[in-house]
Amino acid sequence: MGRWRRKSMGVSCELGFLNMAAPLSVEVEFGGGAELLFDGVKKHQVTLPGQEEPCKALGARNHLDLTLICSVPSSPGDIRNLLVWIKKNLLKERPELFIQGDSVRPGILVLINDADWELLGELDYQLQDQDSILFISTLHGG
Amino acid sequence: MCEVGEDYRESAPGGPPLTRPGREQKCVKCKEGPPVVVIRAGDAFCRDCFKVFYVHKFRAMLGKNRLIFPGEKVLLAWSGGPSSSSMVWQVLEGLSRDSAKRLRFVPGVIYVDEGAACGRSPEDRARTLVEVEQVLQRVGFPSHVIALEEVFGLPPSVLRCFAQEPESVGTEGAYKAAVDSFLQQQCVLGAAGEEPWSQPRPQGPQSLAGPPTAVQTEALSGLFDSVKTLTAKEELLQTLRTHLILHVARTHGYSKVMAGDSCTRLAVKLMTSLALGRGAFLAWDTGFSDERHGDVVVVRPMREHTLKEVAFYNRLFAVPSVFTPAVDTKAPEKASIHRLMEAFLLRLQAQFPSTVSTVYRTSEKLVKAPRDGCAASPPGPRCLLCLCTLDVDSADSATAFGAQTSSHLCQMQAPGPQAEAGTPTTLCCCPGLGGAQGCCASPPWTPCRPTSWPRPSSAARGPGASRRSKRICWGTAMMRRCPVGAEVRALGPHPTRNGQARTGRLPVVVHMYK
Repeated sequence: MGRWRRKSMGVSCELGFLNMAAPLSVEVEFGGGAELLFDGVKKHQVTLPGQEEPCKALGARNHLDLTLICSVPSSPGDIRNLLVWIKKNLLKERPELFIQGDSVRPGILVLINDADWELLGELDYQLQDQDSILFISTLHGG
Repeated sequence: MCEVGEDYRESAPGGPPLTRPGREQKCVKCKEGPPVVVIRAGDAFCRDCFKVFYVHKFRAMLGKNRLIFPGEKVLLAWSGGPSSSSMVWQVLEGLSRDSAKRLRFVPGVIYVDEGAACGRSPEDRARTLVEVEQVLQRVGFPSHVIALEEVFGLPPSVLRCFAQEPESVGTEGAYKAAVDSFLQQQCVLGAAGEEPWSQPRPQGPQSLAGPPTAVQTEALSGLFDSVKTLTAKEELLQTLRTHLILHVARTHGYSKVMAGDSCTRLAVKLMTSLALGRGAFLAWDTGFSDERHGDVVVVRPMREHTLKEVAFYNRLFAVPSVFTPAVDTKAPEKASIHRLMEAFLLRLQAQFPSTVSTVYRTSEKLVKAPRDGCAASPPGPRCLLCLCTLDVDSADSATAFGAQTSSHLCQMQAPGPQAEAGTPTTLCCCPGLGGAQGCCASPPWTPCRPTSWPRPSSAARGPGASRRSKRICWGTAMMRRCPVGAEVRALGPHPTRNGQARTGRLPVVVHMYK
């Protein structure tokens, strides 16, 4: 991360840039009835774009104190971001049946490469290229 | 743990920090393999240990209850969903094991097509049936694929509790004797080169009859459309499905029915039943065995498997299942009591991982004891629909239930004799049936008992209301109070398969929801 300081008229600030992340290609699959919310399509090949997040100025308290705060970026390659991306791009209807808050609805299991996501850090797991994420809804059927 | 007004959408209110196992840990069982699934709170299992754990739970549940005798015919109720598919697969694998640990009963599979109740098009239903038959071919048990519309053709005897035969009661000694004699028989026949109980495979699906007619489908859709609340719809569907499955079991000589209810589903069912007023029957609704129907016993071998374990097992070991939309698919959270309870429990489970198992353990402690003072007396009258012993207390005149139910039935009762002919208000004495069917020959219920509930006068109440109010349990009565639309008369004479009309054969189960 590049960083420099600038001091001018008693104002100090820090700016930083994130490096451009390589786009990730993952396979997202839905099962157990969750595919109904995605037009019945079970498998999706998803390419997450890499992101550059410049810091944003949030405001100055007075002319002598300009505080620049870098908004803490969520790493572009984690499950949290993937869910946001899915909600924006794949989810066709009824988002509340799939996502609750920033996580999945209770009752929906997430498997990453056929392993429980609880073993891999849940929302904070960093996606790797060619990962396979499977969302199984256990709320349906018996 | 739960407080009134607590909003479960917020983050956990300071619960104990859960230590999540990481991938770098090893399986807690074998300490060697990489873990793939977390069971309970913090136990990570590898793939092989998970399979052993899962199968062992199934076999132990069957083994410790000792209700299924060797050579007995057992009907597996398969809905296509993950739990019942897993159950069918366990039975399949259990039958093909080496002889010492092989399962010893004779299975069949039943699939009920509920598309009409869910409003599916005939093309969708046909497509699903093709997938169903592919799976059934693969499984290879004798199978029965029937449509829910067949419920219109059930005889009134389905509402009767048949007396249980003394031999079928699973005492310890009886079970051991049966197993010993079975093993001896197997040795003898094995020496002669025959297997006495193995099924001639494959048998493939046997549909009871052709596909249902459009008239029947429309009648069933009309029935479900007239039920206004989703809660009542789900209960009605369950009742009709249960009666249909039991009828098929009786017709084909099955003495046991295996249902695929999982631990999570039973926990939700327990809480829902409490809300629906079925607290008196929890032991039957959620226990391992359900003997209320007398000759056919419903068992639930999957009741210790959580939905998470089932889903993982099905994924890791490629268990085939067929997804079909149900009446509550895509329903919002507060659409029915079932949905609400499910959301409540699952949200609580996310914060407190022992929730479902705690509810399950509570259900294990429920016993099927007769009511106080009734232990020595013969069993009392039974509910018309769910066949549980009636839980309404005739001596209790203080409850509002009696007054409300009586007055509600009075409002719904069609006045005048002309209505009587078209709408049978009595239980099974439908015009056109009479005593020829033998349905009234030996009623399973006692005649009306006098109660001290404050009730409208009998003239205003109309005939049949007093008998009807005493024939159903609280839970069924609560469901009947849901606002209804079309009446039975609007459906006209009930249609048969070949389109000819048969008046008066509409079974009482349908009447009771009108």
